[in-house]
Amino acid sequence: MIEHHRHILDFTLSSLLRRKGKNGALLLVYSLIIFILASVLFFTYALKREAALVLHESPEIIVQRTMTGRYQTIPISWSDKIGKINGVISVRPRLWGYQYDTTFQANYTLTVPSENPPESGSIDIGSGISTMRSVYKGDIIVFNGHDGFPRFFTVRNILSYESQLLTSDLILLSEKDYRDFSGIPSDQATDLALRVRNPREYATISEKITHLYPEARPIVRTEIQRTYDAVFGWRSGLVTVIFSAAAIAFIIFAWDKASGLSAEEQREIGILKSVGWETSDILLIKFWEGIVVSLSAFLIGTILAYAHVFYTSSALFAPVLKGWSTLYPTFRLTPFIDFGQVATLFFLTVVPYTVTTIIPSWRAATIDPDAVMR
Amino acid sequence: MISVRDISKIFNAGQINEFTALHGVSLNLEMHETTVLKGPSGSGKTTLLGLVGCMARPTTGRIFLHEREITSLPERFLTKIRRSTFGFIFQQFNLIKGISALENVMIPAYSTNEKYAPLRKRAIEKLELFDLGRRAGAKIECLSGGEAQRVAIARALINNPTIIIADEPTAHLDSKLSHEFMAIMKELKAGGATIILSSHDPIVYDSDLADRVIEMRDGQIVSEEKSP
Repeated sequence: MIEHHRHILDFTLSSLLRRKGKNGALLLVYSLIIFILASVLFFTYALKREAALVLHESPEIIVQRTMTGRYQTIPISWSDKIGKINGVISVRPRLWGYQYDTTFQANYTLTVPSENPPESGSIDIGSGISTMRSVYKGDIIVFNGHDGFPRFFTVRNILSYESQLLTSDLILLSEKDYRDFSGIPSDQATDLALRVRNPREYATISEKITHLYPEARPIVRTEIQRTYDAVFGWRSGLVTVIFSAAAIAFIIFAWDKASGLSAEEQREIGILKSVGWETSDILLIKFWEGIVVSLSAFLIGTILAYAHVFYTSSALFAPVLKGWSTLYPTFRLTPFIDFGQVATLFFLTVVPYTVTTIIPSWRAATIDPDAVMR
Repeated sequence: MISVRDISKIFNAGQINEFTALHGVSLNLEMHETTVLKGPSGSGKTTLLGLVGCMARPTTGRIFLHEREITSLPERFLTKIRRSTFGFIFQQFNLIKGISALENVMIPAYSTNEKYAPLRKRAIEKLELFDLGRRAGAKIECLSGGEAQRVAIARALINNPTIIIADEPTAHLDSKLSHEFMAIMKELKAGGATIILSSHDPIVYDSDLADRVIEMRDGQIVSEEKSP
């Protein structure tokens, strides 16, 4: 039995090599389709994961202040009354904002961290800023403040968090420096971050806040989640279009395979049958041929997609999907693979291709070998 | 003995292009004899060879091989009989292009569980038998017509069949190669093989190789001659 299978495998390899032009082209097209499908899967999953990371540490409720629909800084004194609402664990005034760098045409996010803030005169910067401005730990960096005058800072650290999406454009600085930089008075903050014990109380607490301060605009984490979903969903939507196109291409490709064999392939099956090959042997050859082509294409496509998404930052999709290039000086998704998705891709591509390879051969192998005599 | 009883074969039955290739043919083919089916193109020779060689099933009638009816056997049994009993030499040679002469000869034995090394040795011996040992590694498309014909014969013999079936074997050969082919057949006959040939080439049916010449026309046997 082992020898029999060895013969079959030998013949399969020789068959593949015999039609190396056709099989090479097949492998190329198949790999390309898998590459697109896998890139889309990796990209969307990584984006969603980045979003989850962003939200993981975010406060349950953020309170902003608006006047006639415009955002305003919020008085820190509001914290006292809001902190006394039942269910609120803590209220933390936050200072953060954006800075547009006209020289490098990039937006930075400035934040005063709640823990371990840099000392006045020093800052922590994201890796994207570091790379773009070629500044490293210990270097001096200059930013123009709200008044147009430059501020000099010493770089204390380059941030390297799990998510590049969070940290690439980030600048952490002290409260004193931030106020000086932004011009926000000492009794004001950008917003208030609330910790709330019970998620079921979000709505009630929000209502009480707006009752206390009609100018307040409480934003619950679930609403932020929806905002992120909309952003990533929009991107995922575009990705879905690419995914659908690639999936349709694969279906056409598989259908073309399933719809028939070449005259040469039919003749070969007839010859094998006429010299005493059983139908099962012929199907076994076609099965191995299908497996070799589809598995190779799957591996090539998946590995290339992984490199494309996580090492070249989806260079091919970037023009369409990364419209925030000015916001994020560099952007690299955290390498992560959901093996469930890879398995799904495997079963939706390798299995149907192998089956569609076998079907026409089975049809040809079940007709009388007499046809080959003619 | 192969016994053919009242067989007919209809192609494309029930369709507009329905065609009856054989009309109630009966004959007995003795072992160790050489039988030649002669007749013009379309007389039913190839169809009859295909039915006798288990390559197809008759529409009606029965075929017995060594007194065992094979007509109604399932396909896998017919495949086994085809592999172990018959060696086919086709008019167009039907060799697989892109692989070597040696591989082509070995192919019928791939379905068995024979080890590679002895199988290869045996295949080379068969090729050497027809003076093709040096051409074993050559691809089929690099062989001459005569060489390809001999590779096809070597392939037909690889499983040591007891019955050799050759369909119009000289159709694509010049007269010199046709005579060489007949010489090979004589050697096989001398070795005890049963040979069934179809041909409308006088080199074949007028040869002293033939023990019996059956003439066919329009799907029927019209005459039968036995060599003295």
